[in-house]
Amino acid sequence: MALELKYLKSKKQMDFKKKFIEIRDIYKSYRRGNLIIPVLENISFDIVEGEFLALMGPSGSGKSTLLNLIAGIDKPDSGVISIQGVDITTLSETELAHWRASNVGFIFQFYNLIPVLTAFENIELPLLLTGLSKQERHEHVILALKIVNLEDRMHHFPGQLSGGQQQRVAIARAFVTDPTILVADEPTGDLDRVSAEDVLELMTRLNFELGKTIIMVTHDPKAAKKARQIQYLEKGIMHAHPQIDV
Amino acid sequence: MLILKLMFKNAFRSKLRSTLTILGLTLAIIAFGFLRTVVEAWYAGVEASSASRLVTRNAISLIFPLPIAYKEKIRQIEGVEMVSYGQWFGGIYIDQKNFFANFAIEPESYLKLYPEYIIQDEHKKAFMKDRKGAVVGQKLVERFGWKIGDNITLKGTIYPGNWEFILLGIYKGKDKTTDESQFFFHWDYLNENLKKTAPSRADHAGFYLVGVKDPRFAVPVSEKIDKQFKNSLAETLTETERAFQLSFIYMTEAILVVIQIVSLIVILIILAVVANTMAMSVRERLPEFAVLKSLGVGGWRISLLIFGESLVITSIGCILGILLTFPAAKAFAAEMSNYFPVFIITQETIYLDIAISFLIGIIAAIFPTIRAIRVQIAESLMRVR
Ligand SMILES: Nc1ncnc2c1ncn2[C@@H]1O[C@H](COP(=O)(O)OP(=O)(O)OP(=O)(O)O)[C@@H](O)[C@H]1O
Ligand SMILES: [Mg+2]
Repeated sequence: MALELKYLKSKKQMDFKKKFIEIRDIYKSYRRGNLIIPVLENISFDIVEGEFLALMGPSGSGKSTLLNLIAGIDKPDSGVISIQGVDITTLSETELAHWRASNVGFIFQFYNLIPVLTAFENIELPLLLTGLSKQERHEHVILALKIVNLEDRMHHFPGQLSGGQQQRVAIARAFVTDPTILVADEPTGDLDRVSAEDVLELMTRLNFELGKTIIMVTHDPKAAKKARQIQYLEKGIMHAHPQIDV
Repeated sequence: MLILKLMFKNAFRSKLRSTLTILGLTLAIIAFGFLRTVVEAWYAGVEASSASRLVTRNAISLIFPLPIAYKEKIRQIEGVEMVSYGQWFGGIYIDQKNFFANFAIEPESYLKLYPEYIIQDEHKKAFMKDRKGAVVGQKLVERFGWKIGDNITLKGTIYPGNWEFILLGIYKGKDKTTDESQFFFHWDYLNENLKKTAPSRADHAGFYLVGVKDPRFAVPVSEKIDKQFKNSLAETLTETERAFQLSFIYMTEAILVVIQIVSLIVILIILAVVANTMAMSVRERLPEFAVLKSLGVGGWRISLLIFGESLVITSIGCILGILLTFPAAKAFAAEMSNYFPVFIITQETIYLDIAISFLIGIIAAIFPTIRAIRVQIAESLMRVR
């Protein structure tokens, strides 16, 4: 199948040393009335292709903010975010929207599936923007459903699925367009232990078997352990190790 | 296709709210169609009237008659083709509530001036021959279940006594705007009677009906007629039949204006209702639009979704409204045919219904669409549930 081959190829071509995402001197603050709240200060780090990075840190430390910057749904006050050589901080709103559509797959804490569409249709949604034929779309969706192991549930509506199943559908929707990076903000935050295991196992497979680059924000040390690398964000600064016990 | 499907499904996310909104729109469309038709019915007489017919009446008031001798004088005026005359009789059939218009007319010329009253030849002949004969519109005949040959008695109000007539002819309108609920009989019959009972009232006509040779000269001809009788005992006022009909309507113009304002208010109310429905529907689903945006769905597709959803709701309401307007109007027309002899939903009203529903659908979607397009992905997804 075309998509399968493409995944395999991208895995083979992976070069772990090549700088894939370069983040340089990022500053980000929020304004609340007259108050300026600095959130990220002078953040710089790289992410290699095929990385599975877990971002940890206390609440309010700016994990989501950083993730949003990398995913191109928010802009830093200053600094460079270069992804595959494109500095996304210089893109206009429309350019950014196009860039996101082909480069970023989002996984949200609350799944955010469209309740009136079936699992199949939810996964098909992002493919509508790709110019694939109906037949091709169908193949891609079925393949994605196979990968998340929900083929038998494809005609179910989100309301008829468990939280874990919904999150797996959401993950299928995120990777079905074969984006450059997958970003996940606490993907297991709303799941029970068993469902969380399932979801994490799936993400690990996406990373190991299909070579997807994943950046995941999590509070859960068990979840973080599944990643190749853990970074800690504390008081707006990145550390390789926790400064305080999380 | 999936976008279309989503659009339709979104329209019925909240079944109760959508149903109520559609119901509201349906009622608004019926009300609008109705009010418009009432106004049109009011003007129907004008529409049916011809610009080539003039009406000459007493300058003081319609209730004062004119001497019958005026007929010849009017006929001799340049540009006049034919003259007929008539008198509002005001007879009552059994009971006051059975109101209909009844006139004493000069049959030969009157029917010639009204080619839109279509009568079978033999009926016409029979009517012409018999002084007690009457010609009645099809609608009126149906209303009272009369047949040719029936004896009909009208109780006079302006002219006291019981007046006997024989139904000898039935006329049908050439088109829908022709009033088929009038009752005509021989002016001679009235006049002969008056000569015996009230001689001073005899030999008078309530109005003259003047056919002009060329409708373009209707105004100068009418001026000539009025000039002719200037400074005579009974001065005349001549206007086109259309203006004559309008002078009736102008008296009720205030009511018509009110009706039109009410129609407008009905539309504005339903616009507010639909706009509110759309605003609520989009506000509840802002995170969903954020998801769509995160997937790369652009502004125009989001607009399509919301405008489409709005139009689905207004279209259903519009179609139901139009479909229900017809039986409602039919029932109303049957009930009120004495007052509105012509009560027909015109094509124009239907087009207006459609245009209004479409506009409401569009306007109601504008602000919600702007809101959905501007939604911040980060804020509505990462933070709030
Ligand atoms: N849109 C905003 N307006 C104002 N302040 C904001 C906004 N977004 C984030 N902040 C502030 O920035 C700081 C970092 O927020 P962020 O959501 O990135 O933290 P987090 O590490 O993801 O926290 P959590 O673990 O609770 O999700 C917080 O103090 C937060 O209040
Ligand atoms: Mg967060």
